[in-house]
Amino acid sequence: MIRFDNICKRYPGTQDVLSQVSFHLDKGEMAFLTGHSGAGKSTLLKLIALIERPSRGQLLINGQNLTKVSRRRIPYVRRQMGIIFQDHRLLMDRTVFDNVALPLIISGFSRGDIERRVRASLDMVGLLNKEKQFPITLSGGEQQRVGIARAIVHKPSLLLADEPTGNLDPALSWEIMGLFEQFNQVGVSVLIASHDLDMIARLPYRVLKLKQGQLVGDGYPRRREPT
Amino acid sequence: MRRHSTQRQNHGEPRPQGASRGATRSGIRGYFTLHLSMAIQSLGRLSRSPFATLMTAAVIGIALAMPTGLHVMMDNLQKSGGDWRQSTQISLFLRAGINEDRALKLAQRLEQKADIQSVYYISPEQALAEFQSHSGFGEVLENLQTNPLPAVLVVNPRLHGSEAEALIERLKAYPEVDIAQLDMQWLQRLFAIMEIVERGVLLLALLLGIAVLLIVGNTIRLAIENRRDEIIITKLIGATNAFIRRPFLYSGIWYGLLGGLIALLLVNSAIYLLQDPVAHLTGLYGGGFQLQLLSSDISLMLLGSGVLLGLSGSWLAVGRHLRHIEPR
Ligand SMILES: Nc1ncnc2c1ncn2[C@@H]1O[C@H](COP(=O)(O)OP(=O)(O)O)[C@@H](O)[C@H]1O
Ligand SMILES: [Mg+2]
Repeated sequence: MIRFDNICKRYPGTQDVLSQVSFHLDKGEMAFLTGHSGAGKSTLLKLIALIERPSRGQLLINGQNLTKVSRRRIPYVRRQMGIIFQDHRLLMDRTVFDNVALPLIISGFSRGDIERRVRASLDMVGLLNKEKQFPITLSGGEQQRVGIARAIVHKPSLLLADEPTGNLDPALSWEIMGLFEQFNQVGVSVLIASHDLDMIARLPYRVLKLKQGQLVGDGYPRRREPT
Repeated sequence: MRRHSTQRQNHGEPRPQGASRGATRSGIRGYFTLHLSMAIQSLGRLSRSPFATLMTAAVIGIALAMPTGLHVMMDNLQKSGGDWRQSTQISLFLRAGINEDRALKLAQRLEQKADIQSVYYISPEQALAEFQSHSGFGEVLENLQTNPLPAVLVVNPRLHGSEAEALIERLKAYPEVDIAQLDMQWLQRLFAIMEIVERGVLLLALLLGIAVLLIVGNTIRLAIENRRDEIIITKLIGATNAFIRRPFLYSGIWYGLLGGLIALLLVNSAIYLLQDPVAHLTGLYGGGFQLQLLSSDISLMLLGSGVLLGLSGSWLAVGRHLRHIEPR
């Protein structure tokens, strides 16, 4: 699904923010990406989402080499993934429904398909009754769930989340994490950047640990090895 | 439904280069539905700030109305040129050897005619003096031994339409008359001036067209700037540049169309207001011509150029500014 092969990334005027990062995430696998603030988690996700380009190394997603994707092709690669941001990035002047419908509109789905899929997606995150509201009228957790509904509405094969629970209290965080597990169970690959070590430790998923741009850990939490 | 399964098949495998563009669209109809809904959406967006929209459209309208109005004026003047011929004078150059007495008698006889209003006599001496003072050949002419100019009768006809030609034929038949000539110098001068003005109008149209481009371009640039976050988010979700461009291009088209409509309204109102005074004025000169409202051809052209300028202006802005808005 995702293959990093000796990836280095430096921004103009910086040292390597990521250096020699190599790992492979299988189709249908769910993993966490941890590390202190500034370790390079967001940068790593941005490389996958083609927001940034690697300085060196090979990066493959679904077998396609991202380093060779032209600017024009970037949108079509992005449509294969769902991206969730810490700050939701919702369109504040559009209803919940319209926000969630956006990925479908972009791909030119028919109105009927859009309505059906948006409802299904909102149903999954438990916001079906709020489709006509504007994001500003929702709580932080609800806004994050709208962001998740938008990220999964087009049935992507890969879900990326950058600190999706960063601003939420523990109860809400668990709720959101439950959603990710749900998607993962139906075969979606999930990569979540998070520094919520407490929660990560209680979950049976693979953990990739970044430290100053280097991959220093790759394994499962000690307490509960997957069977 | 079919599209549904296509979409699912596409998941998890690399799409062939260039093949997926619009792959999920259901043919031509879906494409037009999409465009129509986008056009309506962008109109809806404009109507949410009606004052700002109208201001921009009004500026475009005025810019389009000025050259159009002038063009219409010139057009009307040229058409009416034919009508004004009837108020022209006819010069009768008399044969050499016709003396003043005979000339004046002829003048008197002509003045009796129903289709002639007045006749006055210019002696060869008067003609020479006038020519000397106007032509700049004064000194050359002073050295002439004899006066080469004939006596002239200037006839002010009372005419309608094409009767001038017939009258001239009749006047030519008098034995005293050598040459009868419709005096259209002033008309020719007018036409020459109008040609210059027409060029000026063209130049003005060009400049104002550029102004419209800049106005639309700037308005769209601001709209892009205002929706920067939205653009970034939509790009992150996988929108193509074409998709993001589209609503702005439609705004440009709407601005141009609205501007064109306003211009149409302005020019037609001006013509309507001027119709009576112009009819009165031409009535004084014996003409009877009416300013015409804009023809459907011109109206369509006006709207069309509004749309075209709006589209080009937004295209310029979009080309320059959208490219630099990328997610970070
Ligand atoms: N656009 C950028 N330009 C320059 N430096 C950047 C940019 N984005 C991130 N960085 C730097 O790269 C490092 C890693 O940042 P980031 O990937 O955001 O880390 P994390 O998400 O783990 O906190 C930080 O030192 C940060 O300052
Ligand atoms: Mg970060």
